[in-house]
Amino acid sequence: MKRIFSVLVENRTGVLWKVAGLFSRRGFNINSLAVGETDNNETSMMTILSDGSPRTLEQIEKQLNKKLDVIKVRTFDENKAVTRELMLIKVKYTKANRREIMETCEVMGAEIVDMSESLMMIQICDSPEKIQLLISMLAQVRIVEVARTGTLALQKCLED
Amino acid sequence: MNGAEAMIKCLEEENVKYVFGYPGVAICPFYDAIYQSDIKSVLIRTEQNAAHAASGMARMTGEAAVCAVTSGPGATNLISGIATAFADSIPMICITGQVNSELIGSDVFQEADITGAVESFVKYSYLVKNPKDIPEIVKEAFYIANSGRRGPVLIDFPIDVQQAEIRNFEYPKEVKLRTYKPTIKGNALQIKKVIRELEKAHKPLICAGGGVHLCNAVKELREFAEEYSIPVVSTMMGIGVLPTEHPLYFGMVGNNGAPAANRAMREADMIIMLGARVADRAVNQPEVLTENTVLVHIDVDPAEIGKNAGAAIPIVGDAKHILQDMTEYEIDGDYATWIKELEGYSRDLKVIRPDHPGFVDPAIFVRKLSEKMKDDAVYVADVGQNQIWSCRNHIVRNGRFLTSGGMGTMGYSIPAAMGAKLAAPSKQVVAVCGDGSFQMSMMELATLCQYDIPVKIIVMRNSYLGMVRQYQHFSLKDRYSMVDIGMTPALDHIARAYDMKYMYIKDMKGVEDKIEAFLKDDESYLVECNIDPMDLV
Repeated sequence: MKRIFSVLVENRTGVLWKVAGLFSRRGFNINSLAVGETDNNETSMMTILSDGSPRTLEQIEKQLNKKLDVIKVRTFDENKAVTRELMLIKVKYTKANRREIMETCEVMGAEIVDMSESLMMIQICDSPEKIQLLISMLAQVRIVEVARTGTLALQKCLED
Repeated sequence: MNGAEAMIKCLEEENVKYVFGYPGVAICPFYDAIYQSDIKSVLIRTEQNAAHAASGMARMTGEAAVCAVTSGPGATNLISGIATAFADSIPMICITGQVNSELIGSDVFQEADITGAVESFVKYSYLVKNPKDIPEIVKEAFYIANSGRRGPVLIDFPIDVQQAEIRNFEYPKEVKLRTYKPTIKGNALQIKKVIRELEKAHKPLICAGGGVHLCNAVKELREFAEEYSIPVVSTMMGIGVLPTEHPLYFGMVGNNGAPAANRAMREADMIIMLGARVADRAVNQPEVLTENTVLVHIDVDPAEIGKNAGAAIPIVGDAKHILQDMTEYEIDGDYATWIKELEGYSRDLKVIRPDHPGFVDPAIFVRKLSEKMKDDAVYVADVGQNQIWSCRNHIVRNGRFLTSGGMGTMGYSIPAAMGAKLAAPSKQVVAVCGDGSFQMSMMELATLCQYDIPVKIIVMRNSYLGMVRQYQHFSLKDRYSMVDIGMTPALDHIARAYDMKYMYIKDMKGVEDKIEAFLKDDESYLVECNIDPMDLV
C-alpha cells in the first residue's frame, strides 16, 4: 500500500536527519522525500511517499507524531491528493532525432530550458506517473543526467 | 552569572539533589559551578554507571535524575546507560560537555557528535547554542523527561556557552511546547467499552507492565483489582505492582515467566495490557494473544498500541487516571471460578528444579533472602541467570524490584542500587548479580566506599556467563564458546581492597543465619554464593 505523509516540522537544524533516521532505524521505506519551508519560515513541510502494510503505515504515522520536532502529520492516499514533481533531464541529441524529441516534449507539456550543440535540457513539472512516462519515451535517446525533486503533495480541495 | 551557574540554578529549581558524573575539561565550568551548590555530586568510576545510578534514583523517586559527563569519550561512554533508560522509559537528564561551539564539526580533541549518536535512544536532545536559552531548555527537558512516556533527555553543553555571561536569569514557570501534548486522561467512551466487556467476560486478566510503576499507579491498580476481583499478572518490568503473595497475583509472564501466569494469558477471554509494550520476551506470539481474547491495551504512548498486537479496545492515557476512572463504575461480573482455576494452576504448575548438593541453590536462596529482607526493601537484579532466578523467586511485599528489562544491560545492578540507596537512604538495598555482571561494574565498589553508601551485593558465582552457556547448552550442543570466566578475581581480596565486609556461602547449610548476618547492619557487604556452574534457570 502506498501512502503520502505530509509532515509539518519545526524548521530547526537536524530535523530532516531525525525524520530520515526514524525511517531507516525502524526499517520503513522512503520512496520519495521532498522538503521545503512553508509560508512561515519557522516551519518546513516534508512530503514523504512510503509503502508498507497497513500496520507499518500506522506505525509510521505514530512514530512521526512522537518526534518532538514534528508539529503535525497528515496522511492520505495518492488519489486524494494532487501530486507534482519537477524533473530536469539532460539528453544528447542528433540532427536525426532533434525534431522527434521536441515533439515528445510538446505532447508531454515539457519545456526545453537549455541547449548546446549536442545537449538539451528538458524541464517537466507533472505527476510522478507523467514524469516516468517521459523518461520511458526518451528511452531511445541518450540520457546524460537526471535530477528530480521528489513528489510534493497536498490533499485535494474537497469541502465536505 | 555564567551559563554553567545558570544550569546549576535550573537544576536547583527542579529540586535536584544529586548529580552523578565524571569530569573532563569540557564540563569543568559545570562542575566548578556545582562546587557552591547544595547539589551533591557523585564521582562515578565510568560514565555508563553515572546513567545507571541516575536510573536507579529516578525509579525510586519517580522524577528525572541527572548525570553529567564530559565531551567525546565521556559522552559516548554514557550511551549504553542512556539506551538502558530509554528501553525502560526511565526519566533522566543527561548533560554532556561539548567542545567550543565554533569548533563543533572540526574533529578537535574529545569532540563527538553526541546528539547525533543518541538520537534513537533519547526522547529528545538539545545542543545549547545561546546561553540565554538555558532556563527554557532545562525546564523543557525536565518536563519532557517526566511526562507522557518517560525517557531520557540529553543536553549537549559547549564549554564556551558554559562560560558565557548571562544576565537576567529567570526560570520559566511553564513550558510551551506546541508539538508535545501527551494524552493523560483516557477516552471516556473507550473506558465504558472496557467496563461493558468486563461484564461479559468470564476470565478477565490484567497484565501490568513497568508503566504502572512509572506513573505511580500501584495503589490504583491494587484498588481496581481488589474492588472487582480481577486477577493480575505482570511483565518483568511490572514486578511489584502487587505484592508477590497477594491472592490476586499470579506471577510474571513471558518465556522466563511463571507457568501459571502464562497459562492465565492463554486462557483468559479478556486481557487488559496496562502500561506494557507486548514486547517479545513477555508475549512471544502476539497474534495468538488476540485470537480468542478481547485485548484492551492501555498505554500513554499511542505508538505502542497496535505495534505488536492489534487491540480491540485501545486507550491512550496515563494508567493512574484511567484506573481511577474505571474504579468509579459498578461492574456486574463474577470471576470467582476463574480465580479458583488460576489458584489451581499456581499450585500445580511449578518450576521443578533438580537438587544441586554442595552448592547454593539460587532459587531457594533468593526466596530466603527476600523473606529476610525488610518489608520495603529494594532488590536490584542484574542481567543473566541471576535475573531470572531473581524474577521468579523474589518475594515483593512493599518494596521495589529494579532491573534492566528492555535492554538487558549487564552491570546495571551495582550502580542502580547506589542511585536507589541515595534516593531512599533509610531503605535496605540489595544488588544481586552474577560473576559476569559483577565484573562489568565492580569499579563502582570504590564509589560506594568513598561516599559511604551501604549496599549489599550478592554475587552468584558460577564461573560462567551462565545465560549464554545455557543457550549454548540447549541450542549449540554444549559448545561452550566464550563463556568460561574462570575463578578469578578472588572476591574476598576485592572486598578487602574496597574495605567491604565479605561473606562466602558455600552451600545451603545454615544459609538463613548467614543471610540474617549480612543483612543485619546498614553497611556494605559483598556476598559470594557458590553456584553450580551447570545450574540452569
